Amino acid sequence: MIRVSVNGTGWCLVLALLLAGCGQQSPSSGSVIRIGQVSPLTGPQAHLGKDNDNGARLAIDEMNARGLTIGGVKVKFELVSEDDQADPKTGTIVAQKLVDAKVAGVIGHLNSGTTIPASKIYHDAGIPQVSPSATNPKYTQQGYKGAFRVMANDVQQGKVLGEYAVAKLGAKKIAIIDDRTAYGQGLADEFEKAAKASGATIVGREYTTDKATDFRSILTNAKARQPDLLFYGGMDAQAGPMAAQMRSLGIKARLLGGDGAQSQEFIKLAGSAADGVVASSPGVPLEKMPGGKSFADRYTAKYGQIQIYAPYAYDAAMSLIEAMVKANSAAPAKYLPELAKTSRQGVSGPIAFDDKGDLKNGPITLYIVKGGKWNALETVGGTAAAAEKK
Amino acid sequence: MLEFARQWESLRRNPKVVWAVYVTLAALLIVLPFATDWALGRSWVRIAAFALLYVMLALGLNIVVGYAGLLDLGYVAFFAVGAYFYALLASPHFGLHLPFWLLLPLGAAVACICGALLGAPTLRLRGDYLAIVTLGFGEIIRIFLNNLNAPVNITNGPQGVNLIDPIHVGELSLAQAHSVLGITFPAVYNYYYLFLLLTLAVVFVSLRLEDSRIGRAWVAIREDEVAAAAMGINTRNVKLLAFAMGASFGGVAGGLFAGFQGFVSPESFTIIESIMILCMVVLGGMGHIPGVILGAVLLVVLPEALRYLGPLQQALFGRVLADPADLRLLVFGLALILVMLLRPSGLWPSAVRQREFAAGAGESGRA
Amino acid sequence: MDIFLQQLINGIVLGAIYALVALGYTMVYGILGLINFAHGEVVMIGAMVALAVIQLLIGSGVPLPGPLIAAVGLAAAIPVCMALGYSIERIAYRPLRQAPRLAALITAIGMSIVLQNAAMLVWGRQYHSFPTLLPATPHDFAGATVNELQLFIVALAALIMAGLLWLVHRTRLGRAMRATSQNPEVAGLMGVNVNTVISLTFVIGSALAAVAGIMVAAYYGVAHYFMGFMLGLKAFTAAVLGGIGNIAGAMLGGLLLGVIESLGAGYIGPLTGGFLGSHYQDVFAFLVLILVLVFRPSGLLGERVADRS
Repeated sequence: MIRVSVNGTGWCLVLALLLAGCGQQSPSSGSVIRIGQVSPLTGPQAHLGKDNDNGARLAIDEMNARGLTIGGVKVKFELVSEDDQADPKTGTIVAQKLVDAKVAGVIGHLNSGTTIPASKIYHDAGIPQVSPSATNPKYTQQGYKGAFRVMANDVQQGKVLGEYAVAKLGAKKIAIIDDRTAYGQGLADEFEKAAKASGATIVGREYTTDKATDFRSILTNAKARQPDLLFYGGMDAQAGPMAAQMRSLGIKARLLGGDGAQSQEFIKLAGSAADGVVASSPGVPLEKMPGGKSFADRYTAKYGQIQIYAPYAYDAAMSLIEAMVKANSAAPAKYLPELAKTSRQGVSGPIAFDDKGDLKNGPITLYIVKGGKWNALETVGGTAAAAEKK
Repeated sequence: MLEFARQWESLRRNPKVVWAVYVTLAALLIVLPFATDWALGRSWVRIAAFALLYVMLALGLNIVVGYAGLLDLGYVAFFAVGAYFYALLASPHFGLHLPFWLLLPLGAAVACICGALLGAPTLRLRGDYLAIVTLGFGEIIRIFLNNLNAPVNITNGPQGVNLIDPIHVGELSLAQAHSVLGITFPAVYNYYYLFLLLTLAVVFVSLRLEDSRIGRAWVAIREDEVAAAAMGINTRNVKLLAFAMGASFGGVAGGLFAGFQGFVSPESFTIIESIMILCMVVLGGMGHIPGVILGAVLLVVLPEALRYLGPLQQALFGRVLADPADLRLLVFGLALILVMLLRPSGLWPSAVRQREFAAGAGESGRA
Repeated sequence: MDIFLQQLINGIVLGAIYALVALGYTMVYGILGLINFAHGEVVMIGAMVALAVIQLLIGSGVPLPGPLIAAVGLAAAIPVCMALGYSIERIAYRPLRQAPRLAALITAIGMSIVLQNAAMLVWGRQYHSFPTLLPATPHDFAGATVNELQLFIVALAALIMAGLLWLVHRTRLGRAMRATSQNPEVAGLMGVNVNTVISLTFVIGSALAAVAGIMVAAYYGVAHYFMGFMLGLKAFTAAVLGGIGNIAGAMLGGLLLGVIESLGAGYIGPLTGGFLGSHYQDVFAFLVLILVLVFRPSGLLGERVADRS
C-alpha cells in the first residue's frame, strides 16, 4: 500500500474547485437574465427532475432564438439549473445559491417538500417563484406574494377526481391506496372527502411507499372488500406495476389515478393492464391547446419522451419571461405585478393566478387509456364553470 | 527527521504556541461568515451552518461508534426526534410556542431516553446484528413520523410541519438581521454563531467524556468486551450510556435544525442520512474528535463544491463536457473510495490508531 | 381467513425474491464479514444489462420464444456481473483487508454510489419496462391466484440454495471457503490460496446477483437505476435474520421477511382495530426482526463466521 500524503493534493483539489466557482456573480444585467430551475436531478425521481429542466430549457432556448428586447436592451436568458435531490435541506442551500446568483426568477422546485422551505428564502429575497409541480396547498397559504404555481393543487384535483369517480364512473365502493408522500397522501385525502360527499363508500384505505415495487399484499386486502374502483394517489413508477399486479391478482375494479399516473411511462410499465385506466391531469390536453402539439413535437425532437411535468415547466418559464417583457424590466419588484396579472394560453392550459398564487379556475382533464394511448375523456372546470366550484 | 519530530513535539507542548493556535482558530471561525459571504456567496454561510449541525451529529455518533465501538446505522432517528419535538411545540401545529431554551434541553432529554430505549434490546447483540437493529429503529421512527396523522394528527404525516418559530429570545429573533456596532448580521450569520457556540459545547463535552472513566470504559468495551466485563465494568450500563449520550447530541442538533429551517418533514430523516453521518465519522477518523470534525465538514462541503464542476470544466476545457448534475454524486462516491483506500484509518486518526494500524499491517505482511 | 392463503402466497414469492438477492449477499458476508452495500447495485446492473440485450434481441425481430430470450439476457448479464464483482473486490476491498472493518464499509458505500450514478449516466434516469417473457397467466388455486412465474421464482431460489449448500459442503472449493471464513491465516497455512478463494466467492455471489436482477426485473416488469438500494437493504436484513454467512439462513430469512411483510400489510389493520394500517408493514417487519434477535442474538440458524472479537 502506498502511503501517499493525499491530504495535500486532496485539499488543493477541493480548494481549486471552490475557487473555480468563487466570486460573486454580477446581477442579472440588461444583457443576460438568469433564471433558476430547481428539481431533483439525481435520485429516484431524477427522470421527473430532468423533465422539468428540459421543459424550462426549451422555453429559454426558444425565447433566446426570438431575440427579445427588455428595457431597450437586447437580452439573452440563461437557465441556472440546480439539483436539490428532493431533499429539503439541499433545497434551501440551493435556493440561497440562486439568490446569491441574483436570478431574476425561479422555476421550481419539483417536490412540495423542497418547494415550501425554499419559498421562504425566495420570498425574503423578493424573487418570484413559479412551481410547475408542487401541489401541496400549504405552498400558497404562507402569504408569500411571489409564490405561484401553474398546476392545480391537491385540493382542486382531488375534488374533481372524487366527484368524477362517483358521478361519471359510477363507483359506489371505492378502495384508496396512497404512497405516503406529501403528494400522494394529500391527493388521496382530498379524493376521499369529495367521493364521500358525492355518496360513495370508502371500503378500504391501504398504503405503500414511493420506493415499493410489490403491492400484492395491499391489493389482496383491497380485493377482499370488493371495490368497484381503486384510487391510487402516487406516481407512475408505482402505478404502472400496480396496474399489472392488479391484473395478475384478478382484480376487476378500475384503477383511477392523479396526474402522477397520467404519463407515457405508466402505460409502458403497466403493459397490457394499462387499458381502461383513468387518470386526471391539470390543464387541457396538449393537442387542444394552441401550440400544444408543436410543443410536444419540438420537445420530443430535442429531449425524447415527455415524462410528466415538462409542459408545466415550459409554461412556468414562459410566464416569467412574458411578465418581464410586459413590465419591460427583469427586476423582480417591477415585473412581479405583471406576473400576478398573467392571463395567457400556456401549452398545458390557460394560465392565470388567483390572489394566493394558485392557478385560477384551472381546468382538469380526465384521460383513459385505450389501445395503449391516453385519450382525453372530459375536461372539468375552466373559466366559467369553475367559478362556482370554488 | 527525528530532529523535526522533536521540534514538532516541543512546539505542541509549548503553551504559548497552543494558545496562539486556539486564538487564531477562534478568530477565523468568528470571521468566517463574513469572509465566505464576500468570497463565495451567502449560500456558503448556510452550508457552514449546516456543516456545524453535522459536526454535532457526527460527534454524537462518534460516541457510539468511535468510542464504544457500537455500529449504529439508525442515528438519524435521534436527529428526527429532536427536530420534531421542537417543531411540534413551537409552531401553529398545536398552537404552542414554547421558547427554545426550554425546548432544546427537553428535546435532548427526549432523544436521550430514546437512545436508552434503543440500547436496551441490543445489549446482547454484536456487530452487524446491532447494525440491523439500529437501522430498523431508525426506519421505525421515520415511518411513525410519516404516518401519525390519522386517526389522531400528531406529526402531520408526510406534509410535514410548517411555519416553525425561528429561534428567538422574546422579541429578538435570530431570523431577522440585526445591527451591532454598525455591522449587520443577517439571519444566517445569527444561526451560524448559535450553532458555533453549541458545537463548541458539544466538543467540550466530548473531550471531557473521552478522558473520563466512562470514556475509558467505552474504549475497553470496544476493544474487548469480555475482558472489560472481567475487569468489573458494567457493560450494560456503559453501553446504554453511550447510546443515550450520543442520542442527546442528535436531539440538540435536531431542535436547532427545526428552528433554522422552519419546516420539517420525514423526508429529511432517511437511512441515507444515517449512512452519511457514519461515513463522516469513519472517514474523518473514528474516535478522534478533530478527525470527526474534519470528516463532517468535508462531507458537507464536498457535494456542494462539486456543483462547481460546471464552471470548472468551463475553465479547464472551455466548455462543459458532461453535465455537472450527472457527475456530482459519481465524483463524490469516487472520493469516498479513494480516501478510504489511501487512508484506511481515516483522514485524521488518533495517534493510537495510527500506530495500531501500522503495527497490524506490518505484522501480517501486505495482503 | 379467505385472503390468508393469498397473502401467504404473496409473502412466499416476495420472500423468494429477497432470498435470491440475500443468497449472493450472504456468501460474501460470510467470508469477509463485510456488509457489501454494492451488492444491490450489482443486482441492478445485472437487470439493466440483461434488459439491454433483451431489447436488442426483440428489436432485431428474430422470432424466439420468450424464455429463450430471457436466457440469452441472463447469459449476457452473468459474465458482466462476475467481472464487476471481481473488479469491485480487487479495487475496493482487497487493499482494505487489514484495515478497520468500517473502512471497507465506507468503500462499499462509495462503490454503491458510484455504480448507481454510473448506471444513471449509461441507461438514463427513467424507469425501463421489462418485457413479459416468462409465462405469467394467473391460475386459480383454492381461492387464491398464482402464476407460473411465481412458482418458478420460488423453485429457482430453492434450487440455488441447494446448489450453494452442495458447493459449500461437498466440494473442495467449499471447504476452502469455510476454512477461509473461519480463519484466513491458518487456511493460508494449510495451502488454501486465500485471495483466489475470496475472489471466487465474490464472483459466484455476483453471478447470483445477476440471476436475482433479471428475476426481479422480469417479475415486476420494471428496471431502474435506483432499484438496487432497497433490494440491498432487504437482503442485508434477510441475511442477518437468518444468521450471517449461513446459506440456509439467508433463504429462511428472506422467506420469513417476505411473509412477515405480506401478512403484516394484510393484518395490521384488523389486528389493531384500524388504528394502524398497512403503512406500518415495515415497522412490523423490523419489530419481528428485533424480537427474533433478542431471543436468538446470532440469527435464526446461527452464524458461520470467524469469531472476530
